Order: sequence, then structure tokens, then C-alpha cells
Amino acid sequence: MPMNSPEKNGVGKEEAFRPKIVAFCCNWCSYAGADLAGTSRLSYPAEVKIIRVPCSCRVNPTFILRAFGRGADGVILCGCHPGDCHYTTGNYYTRRRMTLLFSMLDYLGIERERTRVEWVSAAEGAKFAETMRDFVATVTALGKNRRLEDLRCRN
Amino acid sequence: MQELMKARAAALLSEGKVNRVLGWAAGEFVYDVTPTVFESREELERDFVYSPFCGANLSKYLVKEARKEGKILVFLKPCDSFSFAQLVKEHRIPREKVYAVGVECYGKTDATALRSLGITGIVGAAEQYGALTLNTLNGERRVTVAEAMLEKCKSCKTKEHRLCDELLGEEGEPVSDCSRFEEVEKVEAMTPEERFAFFRGELSRCIRCNACRDVCPACTCETCVFDNPASGIAQKAAADPFEENLYHIIRAFHVAGRCTDCGECTRVCPQRIPLHLLNRKFIKDINEFYGPYQAGDDPETPSPLTDWKPDDVEPGSAVRKGGRA
Ligand code: SF4
Ligand code: SF4
Ligand code: FES
Repeated sequence: MPMNSPEKNGVGKEEAFRPKIVAFCCNWCSYAGADLAGTSRLSYPAEVKIIRVPCSCRVNPTFILRAFGRGADGVILCGCHPGDCHYTTGNYYTRRRMTLLFSMLDYLGIERERTRVEWVSAAEGAKFAETMRDFVATVTALGKNRRLEDLRCRN
Repeated sequence: MQELMKARAAALLSEGKVNRVLGWAAGEFVYDVTPTVFESREELERDFVYSPFCGANLSKYLVKEARKEGKILVFLKPCDSFSFAQLVKEHRIPREKVYAVGVECYGKTDATALRSLGITGIVGAAEQYGALTLNTLNGERRVTVAEAMLEKCKSCKTKEHRLCDELLGEEGEPVSDCSRFEEVEKVEAMTPEERFAFFRGELSRCIRCNACRDVCPACTCETCVFDNPASGIAQKAAADPFEENLYHIIRAFHVAGRCTDCGECTRVCPQRIPLHLLNRKFIKDINEFYGPYQAGDDPETPSPLTDWKPDDVEPGSAVRKGGRA
């Protein structure tokens, strides 16, 4: 066994890494989708912390960055399907903003898999659960967010 | 050119066409040129300059100046006129309060670049046909304009003005071999690890003086998020890499779609951080994802971030499409 292997240092005995995931969910669709997942008794990982927003376009880039700063390892934004926004066009603006923001994060060398946008309707409880499972698995594989963490909030 | 501008400004002042003139004045050193408002012929005569060191873009000052009584004359280089047009488009400047005079520009000089060429003690500078003659305390020195150009002038997009009431000198043409995205492409070609290291190296030098925000003609909010004490990052040096990233991403994002690529932010940064690499990344992405767009180019086309199409690219696939793996 190598000298500094995790097992030998006792690190391996710690619990397996469980990422913190922030999911911004639009009130009219994905939040209801999460509800449906719950009432249908579909399980999705407990790592996901949902923040309800009135529309996906309520989320501005600072929210996403702040979530990372405060300790999130992955941030996902869920809104109504394009064309179905409760406010008609909010999610079209969201799409452009997040496209540019994610591309910028990638440009700065921050893992692109840590951010995601997904359109989930109120009827798609199963898709919600599946999306969250998949996202949590992706972020777990990436490990802790180190490139966009606020050291003062490290945990 | 300087004399022509002075004479024209003085004439318009005495005709009563304008009440004030926004131009450049020599500072303590010839390369310390300062944007200044002139109110009389005497002031113009004494202080007005148009020299190789007039890189400063005057358009942002109009946001405050044009609210005052009367009309103001402003001199605009081609790139400055895009900022002016953009500000008029955003209703930040009442068009009728400004008399804009376009002036020609063949690239402005960076005093720091001269210093690194070993030219110091400059007391006078003159430019003609792409050659720069510098009077220094140690005698006369000659360089080409291209050798000591401001970063922003190295990738000038056009010598043609937007939105002016009159033009002094010849109207120029778009620069056909403008290669402003080359540096961005170089960064894009790196691995994520290299990009991360590269930007840490650049952004960690930031002292959060806010000069890049203060000078930016696209940053004209009355109260900036970075001045909000509750934001936790108002007027203070970044505590850790996260805050550096936060500031720089948000600064660049707030001007995305409105940044004319005037290059003022990079010019004023005391730490010589290449801020244009962030702005141009957004411009390049916008061009690629939503079609070519130039802020300040025309008064009608909506800004890409206040517009959408039903079949816009999705964020996930856009990032992959961005030219990398
Ligand atoms: S971000 Fe920089 S290049 Fe863009 S408009 Fe502002 S000062 Fe000019
Ligand atoms: S001008 Fe330079 S040092 Fe000052 S805040 Fe902007 S990037 Fe930082
Ligand atoms: S209301 Fe759901 S995205 Fe706008």
C-alpha cells in the first residue's frame, strides 16, 4: 500500500463525498414537478436543495456564483419548457443569459459539468427525479468544487 | 488637427451653438492627458490638447454633462463614437443636448509602452503619417505609432465614425484585418486546467480599484451592485479567488451585449489586467450563437440579451459548441 494512500491516513474511513447541489426551480413548472415526484413517491437524491423562484429568469448570474461561493458543488436551473413560460418569454431570456454565463465559466477553466439548465414541466415528476439523479452523479464524480469556492465558506 | 479642433470649438462657442466643450487637457505631464470641460475661448486656448496621448474616451462624461443647461460639444474618435451611439440608444444621453464632432485617429500612444522602449522624460509628442516624434529631456526620439500603441488600438475595428454631427478631417474606413478575437481563441485552445491557471495569474493581480468599471461607457448605473454595502464585495479588495472571479464575471456580464469593445477598461487598469479577454469572449460568443452584433453600430437592433429566438442554442450544447472538446 503506498505511503500516503487515503486508507492509511484514515481519510478513507470518512464518509463518501456527498456533493451539495442547489437547484433553482421555477414555481410554475419544475417546482411543481418536484412536488409531483414527491407525491408519486419517486425518490431523488437528498443532496439537492431546491430554491423556488417565480420564473427561471428571476435567476441572475450572481445567484449562480453566490451558490458556488457558499459551498455548492453543482448548480442546476430548472424552468418551464421554451414556449411554456408562465410569463410567456422569461425562459428565453434565461436561456441566453445562462448560455453566456456557462460559456464564460468554462472559459475561466471552471468545470462545465457543474452547471446545467434543464426544462421540466409540472407533469414531468419522473423527468425531475431522473435529472436530479443524473446531475448528482455527475457532480459526485467531479468531486468538490475547488475552483469557484469561497475559502471563507469552506466546509 | 489640434489647432483645427480648437478653432472649430471656439467658433461654435462664440456663435452660441454650444455652451461648453468636452475635450482633453494636458495634465502635469504631456502623457497625462485629462478629459476636461471648457467653458470659454480662453480656457480652450490655454489648455486644450489633441495629442497622441488622447486615448481617453469622452462619451461617458456626457451622461452627467448633457443633463446640465445648454448644449455641449464633444470630440469623438471613431471608437468613441460607438460608445456615444450606444449610450444614446440606451437613452442615457439626450441626443439633442450634444453636438458631436468626429475626429480622425490612427492609433493612440501608450506612455507605459514608450517607457519599456526606454523612452522617458517626455515633454512633447507629435504624430505624422504613422511616425511619432518625441521630445524628451534627453533629446529627440522617433518611433512608429505601431510600436507604442495602446492595447485597444492594436485591434482597432474601424476608422469610420458612428453618430456625429460633423466631421473634422477625413472619414476613415473599417479595418479589414482586425484580429481582435485571436487572443480569445488562444485561451480557448488551452485545457481547462491551463485556462484556470492563466486567469488566476491575471485576475489575482486585481486590487479592486474599480477603475475598469468607472471608466466604462457601458457602466452607467446610478448605483452599482459593487457599491452596495450589503453585497459584501463593495469597495474592497478581493478576499479570495472567489471574489476576484465574482467581480470580473459580473462586471463583464453586466456589459455583455452593450460593450462596444472600446478598450477603455484594459487601458486604465493599473495592474495591466487584460480585461478585453473577458469582454471579447462574450462578444465572440454572442456573434457565434446569435449572429454578428456590434454594440453602438445602429440604433435599432435590440441588444442580444434583451432579445431571443425560439430556436436559440441550449446552454449545455452551446458550451460544447464554443470551439472546445
Ligand atoms: S467593458 Fe471595457 S471595452 Fe467594453 S465598453 Fe466598457 S470600457 Fe469599453
Ligand atoms: S482596473 Fe484593474 S485593478 Fe482596478 S478593479 Fe479593474 S481589473 Fe482590478
Ligand atoms: S414561469 Fe417557469 S420559466 Fe418562466
